[in-house]
Amino acid sequence: MDAVVRASGLAKRFGGVVAVDGIGFEVSHGEIFGLVGPDGAGKTTLLRMLAGVMAPDAGAASIDGIDVVAAPERLRERISYMPQRFGLYEDLTVDENIRFYAELFEVPPAQRRERAARLLAASAMEPFRRRLAGQLSGGMKQKLGLTCALVHAPRVVLLDEPTTGVDPLSRREFWRILYALRSEGVTLLISTAYLDEAERCDRLALLQDGHLRFCESPAELRARMPGALVEVASTSPREVRAALAPLAGVRSVLLVGDGVHVHVDNAARVPQLEAALSERAIAFDAARVVMPTIEDLFVALLGPGAQAAA
Amino acid sequence: MNAPAAAEIVVERLQKRFGRFVAVDEVSFEVGRGQILGFLGPNGAGKSTIIRILCGLLRPSAGSVRVDGIDVSRDPEAVRQRIGYMSQKFSLYADLTVAENLRFYGGIYGVRGAALGARLRHALDIAGLAGREQQLAGTLAGGWKQRLALGCAILHAPHILFLDEPTSGVDPLSRRRFWDLIHDLAAGGVSVIVSTHHMDEAEYCNRIALISQGRLIALGSPGELRRHALGGVLMRVEGHPLERLLERLRGFPATRDVAVFGNAVHVLLDAAAADDEAALRAFLAGQGVADVHVDRAEPSLEDVFVQLVGAQPREREAVR
Repeated sequence: MDAVVRASGLAKRFGGVVAVDGIGFEVSHGEIFGLVGPDGAGKTTLLRMLAGVMAPDAGAASIDGIDVVAAPERLRERISYMPQRFGLYEDLTVDENIRFYAELFEVPPAQRRERAARLLAASAMEPFRRRLAGQLSGGMKQKLGLTCALVHAPRVVLLDEPTTGVDPLSRREFWRILYALRSEGVTLLISTAYLDEAERCDRLALLQDGHLRFCESPAELRARMPGALVEVASTSPREVRAALAPLAGVRSVLLVGDGVHVHVDNAARVPQLEAALSERAIAFDAARVVMPTIEDLFVALLGPGAQAAA
Repeated sequence: MNAPAAAEIVVERLQKRFGRFVAVDEVSFEVGRGQILGFLGPNGAGKSTIIRILCGLLRPSAGSVRVDGIDVSRDPEAVRQRIGYMSQKFSLYADLTVAENLRFYGGIYGVRGAALGARLRHALDIAGLAGREQQLAGTLAGGWKQRLALGCAILHAPHILFLDEPTSGVDPLSRRRFWDLIHDLAAGGVSVIVSTHHMDEAEYCNRIALISQGRLIALGSPGELRRHALGGVLMRVEGHPLERLLERLRGFPATRDVAVFGNAVHVLLDAAAADDEAALRAFLAGQGVADVHVDRAEPSLEDVFVQLVGAQPREREAVR
């Protein structure tokens, strides 16, 4: 596989805070690569360094063979970087914003109209061409930002938390556009604090405190789950927790909306869990093994006691 | 009172108009004592308007809201004393200490004297901040800040707690700790309303009210919504290339919706035959698409949200 993005040993410190601590990875052509972690994990700093807008303290990175530290100006025509606050002109219309970016990125005039039309169609924004950007909803603004960022047909797109504050419906539309780009061979790096969104990426870098903890596909990550996750539906979740938490092989019990999630060392524990509840006459609907979410994995693999469990 | 004794919040046919715009349209629901209700909906669905009415900050155009047996339109002040509010953008004073922040909010809520001391200790205990009283709020890590904000919101021992996207952006461990606290408060009898569009926050709620265009379009526990609200069967189909698979799947008669999800296609089928999987495989084989992997997929709350909200005409964006 040909790597389009290569990073090694990237580090950045702000005063006494190490924001990014020796991170390296490669992203292949046409891949959606997710930088995933909570606020303060180092996602934004990493993307800024890759986009050539911030110099790393140490390490190296290249995109399409171009050294992003030595020659950031050469990146301009190949990549697009959409920061969290993309610079839309609120008092310009949708059309005018796109035209502005087309000129800024020196898109040949002959191609501008066709490209704008195609992008507007892909993002279902044609009906809003004459609306002022300042009057668009949050989700629509993000789609317009992406449209502007794509107007020069970049081969690599860096998106910093593009779906933060965007509702699920707009978020799906946004991903529809990202998947369409992927099918055209565009390489995408996207950061997100929403762990459920991570499931949509081809490969993930799980970041924590400036470190890259895991870098693999969601399926590979899932295979690392130590033990299994059991969902017990019950209207008395606190009693269920009290009964199950002390049992052998139970690592943790999490209260959720209509029951508990039990992390056990082995899926074969399910009958024991059921027996313990029946013995104490605690009502429950069902106990079944469920697929762990990325958040479950984050906690199981990176939480306290994770080393002991691994 | 004709409401069940245990219901802390009773909303009946609530309506709110701003001029000709109907922001809240005949919404009814109840929240029992110690229950956690999640308000889900896209931006502009009417969630904040409903919460403002429940807090007594806005008057309803029609319908009634009773909180703790009190009619909110008649006595908003009495209602305000019974509620606590914490938003994602909660305002803590960074250059005040933990204890000073709590005292400040105590002052706002009119908690004074001996009661303040006791409430302060209780809030510190609940938030797990005992021992950190003298630390500046600005120097607390994200998860701690959140718990301090919660401590401030419950200083006056409210019966009802409103949370607005309380845990967005925090690390998963802090988020779980925070929700444990909320479940503890609920077990102590506090009724909680959470407004969010993060599905992972919705999973912690006992019941979810899905709001779209001012209307309540679904109400149930997370499990009930996942199992029944979709009214269809979700399939995960893996194959290559995805685009061709997507095209072919659009042509399957029972298909309601198709979308790429990671390296597979998610297909929503009309709920009907039990042999959906086999029929889908046979169809794809007939289309010359072999080498596919078909599985039933568990619908997520996001799937439910997207289908139910997406099924409504999106008139709002156009008329705004």
